[in-house]
Amino acid sequence: MVDVSNGVAPARTRKGRWRFTGDSLFHITSEVVAVGVLALLGVISLVLLLAAWNSIATFGPGFLMGSLWDPVHSEFGALPFIYGTLVTSALALLFGVPLSLGIAVFLSELAPNWLRIPLTYIVELLAAVPSVVFGLWAIFVLRPVMKDAVEPAIQSVLGWLPIFQGTPLGLDMLTAGVVLAVMIVPTISAISREALLAVPQSQREAALSLGATRWETTRIGVLSYARSGIFGAVILGLGRAAGETMAVTMTIGNRNIISLSLLQPGQTISSLIATNFTEAETALEQSALIELGLVLLLMTLLINAFGRLVVGRMWRTGEASS
Amino acid sequence: MNVRLDRDAWRRGKSVAISIAALACVVIALIPLGSILLEVVSRGIGVISPSFFTQNLPNPCSPQLSGSCPTGGISNALEGTFVLVGFTSLISLPVGVLTGIFLSEYGENRLGRSIRYFADVMVGIPSIVAGVLVYSLFLLVAPTIGFSAIAGIIALAVIMIPIVARTSEEALRLVPNSVREAALALGLPRYRVTLRIVLSTGRSGLLTGALLAVARVSGETAPLIMTAFGSPVGFQGFNEPIEAMPHIIYVYGVSVFPNWQNLAWGTSLVLLVLMLGISVASRLALRQKFGIRGVV
Repeated sequence: MVDVSNGVAPARTRKGRWRFTGDSLFHITSEVVAVGVLALLGVISLVLLLAAWNSIATFGPGFLMGSLWDPVHSEFGALPFIYGTLVTSALALLFGVPLSLGIAVFLSELAPNWLRIPLTYIVELLAAVPSVVFGLWAIFVLRPVMKDAVEPAIQSVLGWLPIFQGTPLGLDMLTAGVVLAVMIVPTISAISREALLAVPQSQREAALSLGATRWETTRIGVLSYARSGIFGAVILGLGRAAGETMAVTMTIGNRNIISLSLLQPGQTISSLIATNFTEAETALEQSALIELGLVLLLMTLLINAFGRLVVGRMWRTGEASS
Repeated sequence: MNVRLDRDAWRRGKSVAISIAALACVVIALIPLGSILLEVVSRGIGVISPSFFTQNLPNPCSPQLSGSCPTGGISNALEGTFVLVGFTSLISLPVGVLTGIFLSEYGENRLGRSIRYFADVMVGIPSIVAGVLVYSLFLLVAPTIGFSAIAGIIALAVIMIPIVARTSEEALRLVPNSVREAALALGLPRYRVTLRIVLSTGRSGLLTGALLAVARVSGETAPLIMTAFGSPVGFQGFNEPIEAMPHIIYVYGVSVFPNWQNLAWGTSLVLLVLMLGISVASRLALRQKFGIRGVV
């Protein structure tokens, strides 16, 4: 933060050797620890790669495309779980993004001042609820609602669509998607809200002075200005949804199949690992599960790396223009 | 003129309608929160009693067969969570805070920026991956240990360190430069300035970040499934399996025995009070001074 080079500079003597003064010692210690944290990411990937090697060598790239998970015949394919992860994450974004944007707009543009801070805290409380408590709540409260009301209602209107076939059970990809949507709302709404707050006031004043209504000001002056930050927020929400484990494990129904219907049970990468890992019977099955863990790690690393890049750029441009 | 008025009315109406829709979004998001609180409190409150914290897992029991069932308690899980979170914090807080110090005091360079970026990315690693990682690590280097408290501690530390690093950096960045400059001007060496002045000026932010990180790992279940594993008794040593509160909710919440289910609801209530309490307290404490950007 401060570039007061005092203290670090004299650490090197004229001969170029390190002199271990308190300053240089402290600087180096903190640097080594920080680099260690960075190295941790490499260690994680390496360890997973080594432990998954058995499966990688056996199945090769076909692992990602195989649609069968059959421990009895030692046949392992990742496709049903990649599919389940993508479908539930997409559902979570479908429900969660409009909700989060509405919240962000309300909290940054519309809410009266006295309501702003308390409501912001209350929405963020959702992030403090442990995943497993979400799961327990979903089984006992959300599931009956989905099974007896929401899913039959959807079927009576859109039942002819292939994505709504089958008997509603309440423990299916749709329910998992709804729970995930609730869980990613605090993430997306908090980061979008910051993106909206980073929009210079002059943007709003300019729109208002042209006679724009409140919504027009928000749309033209604020939302379009903050769109890259909002995009980053959505990406980070996607990262959270893709890796979420407990609540999904408890609601998705846990069947290792690919089903087009959202009202059928499925399995995500994380839920398969959570339910099967400790019961894996062969070393190969365990190795295949670890490879799935590696796939999940790479997926979420890519998503988060991209999202952080977008959000980071938002902060730099936001700071530059304010 | 009439057309003009109509269009203005339409625009104003649209603006009002969208404001109402935005408010509705807030209300919709609060329904699950309210429902969770209501459900957990109403189902959990009857289970909580002094013996809930001192007794162990009860025997499974169905009321139709044996009339009254023992309620039991979660002393093993309470002890387990205490041990797991305590030792995880013992590892993660020093490492995380030191990393935060590096990022805030020496981090305005290429190395600092990349560590900051990757720490952010690591905050987003799914917690179950931490569990798979530690299981794999033990498989590779210490296959004899297997499910154990130490495995759970390492898995939780992997989750906690990047969070502490980023929150402590944010807290230390809020310490004004003038404070550092004043201390340096008095002739204090840089490390003394950091350790004595910067850390103590930023202590409420550091404490908040630490508390939020503790709350976060206290609620983690997924990484414990394949590391700490769960156990019907309390702490038996670092290389033995150990129980934790969130794990109890997962294992017994969907059980067919009512007394086991109740145990899960009671545990949920304890956990929720703990986590919401920490969250509210830390945010209220922070509110006076500064807004920490939401890392957790």
